[in-house]
Amino acid sequence: MEEGRPTLGLDLGTTNVALAVARREDEPPATALLPQVVHEGEVAERPQLPSFVYLPGEELAASAIALPWDPARDYVVGAFAREQGARIPARLVSSAKSWLSHAGVDRRKAILPWGAPEEVPKLSPVEASARYLRHVREAWDHLHPDLPFDSLDLVLTVPASFDAVARDLTVEAARAAGLGERLTLLEEPQAALYAWVASRPDWRKQLSVGDLILVCDIGGGTTDFSLIAVLEEDGALELRRVAVGDHILLGGDNMDLALAYAVRTRLEGQGQKIDDWQFRALVHSVRQAKEQLFAEPTLPSAPVVIPGRGSRLIGGTLRTELDRPTLESTLVDGFFPRVQASERPAAPRRVGLTALGLPYAHDPAFTRHLAAFLGRQAEATASLPPGVHREGRSFLHPTAILFNGGVTKAAPVRERILEVLESWIVAEGGVAPKVLEGGDPDLAVSRGAAYYGLVRKGRGVRIRGGSARSYYVGLERAELAVPGIPPRVDAVCVAPFGMEEGSEVTLPEPMGLLVGEPASFRFFASSARRDDEVGEVVDPAELEELPPIETVLQGEEGAVVPVRLRARLTEVGTLEIAAVESAGREWRLEYQIERG
Amino acid sequence: MNDERLGFWARLAMFFWLPWKVLFDGVAALRVRKALQAPEAPTPAAAPAAEPTPPPRPTGEEALRLLAILQRDGRLVDFLLEDVSGATDAQVGAAARIVHEGCRKALSQYLTLRPLRQESEGDPITVPEGFDPAEIRLSGNPIGKPPYRGRLVHPGWKAVEVRLPEPASGVDATIVAPAEVEV
Repeated sequence: MEEGRPTLGLDLGTTNVALAVARREDEPPATALLPQVVHEGEVAERPQLPSFVYLPGEELAASAIALPWDPARDYVVGAFAREQGARIPARLVSSAKSWLSHAGVDRRKAILPWGAPEEVPKLSPVEASARYLRHVREAWDHLHPDLPFDSLDLVLTVPASFDAVARDLTVEAARAAGLGERLTLLEEPQAALYAWVASRPDWRKQLSVGDLILVCDIGGGTTDFSLIAVLEEDGALELRRVAVGDHILLGGDNMDLALAYAVRTRLEGQGQKIDDWQFRALVHSVRQAKEQLFAEPTLPSAPVVIPGRGSRLIGGTLRTELDRPTLESTLVDGFFPRVQASERPAAPRRVGLTALGLPYAHDPAFTRHLAAFLGRQAEATASLPPGVHREGRSFLHPTAILFNGGVTKAAPVRERILEVLESWIVAEGGVAPKVLEGGDPDLAVSRGAAYYGLVRKGRGVRIRGGSARSYYVGLERAELAVPGIPPRVDAVCVAPFGMEEGSEVTLPEPMGLLVGEPASFRFFASSARRDDEVGEVVDPAELEELPPIETVLQGEEGAVVPVRLRARLTEVGTLEIAAVESAGREWRLEYQIERG
Repeated sequence: MNDERLGFWARLAMFFWLPWKVLFDGVAALRVRKALQAPEAPTPAAAPAAEPTPPPRPTGEEALRLLAILQRDGRLVDFLLEDVSGATDAQVGAAARIVHEGCRKALSQYLTLRPLRQESEGDPITVPEGFDPAEIRLSGNPIGKPPYRGRLVHPGWKAVEVRLPEPASGVDATIVAPAEVEV
């Protein structure tokens, strides 16, 4: 690889996209500006691209959304998409990333905006993501005509909680956007830690062997936990990611909404009516009041104003206040309650009929999700590096914590998380964790990703991770058929936890593969079963089922071919499963998530 | 032609130093070349008494664009054109917060404004000879010739950069805010 060529890091976030460029290892990566339509007919450069697509009808002139590099574009991405979408929500695509990781829908089907009327054009979650990525590529090329995006190495971040399917789909979106060639995936919490390392030349002095770092990433829409251990290898510090959490659809947007509801209830108690438009203005104003109260700890309250919609601004404006007790009870106590380490999030109620839609977290308490994450990891410790966990502890004790994501900019939030974590650890005789300070919670992920691009070229320390899950294939048991009872299925481990990028494993036992006619393959994954080895048979009830692969494999109709399954973790960061016949034929099982 | 020219001795002195200057100072050499290539400026007397062309009448497009931005981001026009006589101070204050937040953001986005004077308000200040009355406005008792000694009452503002967006083609600048219709 060429020396001295910059590498790019791209944070494809649920609510914002950011791009960073790293030129040299001894220089912190810099945020790259992204030109975009920011108001009707106005293009400007911004450090972030809001992750929204607006699909206009007749309501906008073509010149209103023209880009310098494409005057005839018929959709708009970024700041103006978000602004216009507030006026006409039915034409706005948002949270595409959460849809991308939602196994309950066909993610290649044009389903967004979710629930929009028929006349509105629709996009698939993959296509929406591709549009953000395409915009970033074009914006970069517009500003850097001498350094084409395609010629640079690109690191694209995904939540650590993304499973193999969501990672595959992210790569598919990147390919559709024309940026497939020099692409690598990186988990967001790892990127946040890389950003911290890149901004601290003396980071080796702040960590020591045996440290266990909890990366606590709370963004606008999602929460992601990871644990990274500090180990020693050949006398040098080594970082290894040892656990990742589940995908939790809970973030700062929930908090702003909760505060806005609290304020609206009070206003309505005073006889004021608030329509949808005013409610959006209320959310905006409450967010500002919240930031003001967090920034100035002595302020007892901050004003909240909701402008009237007509031309009478003074007569139509509603005014109220967000007081500190409301802020603390709603936000800090509501979302970060002081709970025991043994508590777990409330499970979703199982009802016969549920509305399709995003699987938002049912329990808004971050601290309970954190307790579940740390507790679950302590159940499978055989593959943990020595020193990370000790007998008698009911959960893994982090010794350091790195905050990331916009929510963690608020000092009271950070303090509460620390207080709760500390109380759990001290109760089991441990030592309070230290905070890894510094970093910009909004832009760290893209910067860390750009830095990782340099690391891949052999400069700087690398976090070893490997697969954050173990993967299983479903095998029907050969037993007597009983009417009304579907044949039982065993899950056989095909890819163990911690498999390294670029490595592959083959299942020792041969299996029969049905070719030439439609066949369905069931797949399962687990982020907690770290100790299963290849070939181990597990009860599927303990696993999380992935969408099945339904496909017709080439071959003589109805023939059953003896094969061995081979799993490979690619350099890009995706999982490939193939069935290999001893005669040399090979079938790749690809995710075709078509479910009607 | 211009009658102004150098005397013989001055020309002789220049004859000795100029070649060295040209040889060793690239910037000076460039200035000499430009000076020699420049067309000789016509003297005022020689200029024909042309009809002075009046400057184009300002259409106010840029001003309207700024006004439209302040209305869009901070509802400034609504605020200024509303009758405040019946409103309480609390009502005006609440609306002023909206105007203040939005217009302040717009100003910082589209203009860079700096104080003209770096001293703090109340600091003693000396107004030099030949000061620009457009930059410094005097009040009180300025008797005699400058320099004057005084006290800074207001540091002034200066737009050091204007970044108004290019107007989109075919946009009517006289529309300060579109009518809004809920369908």
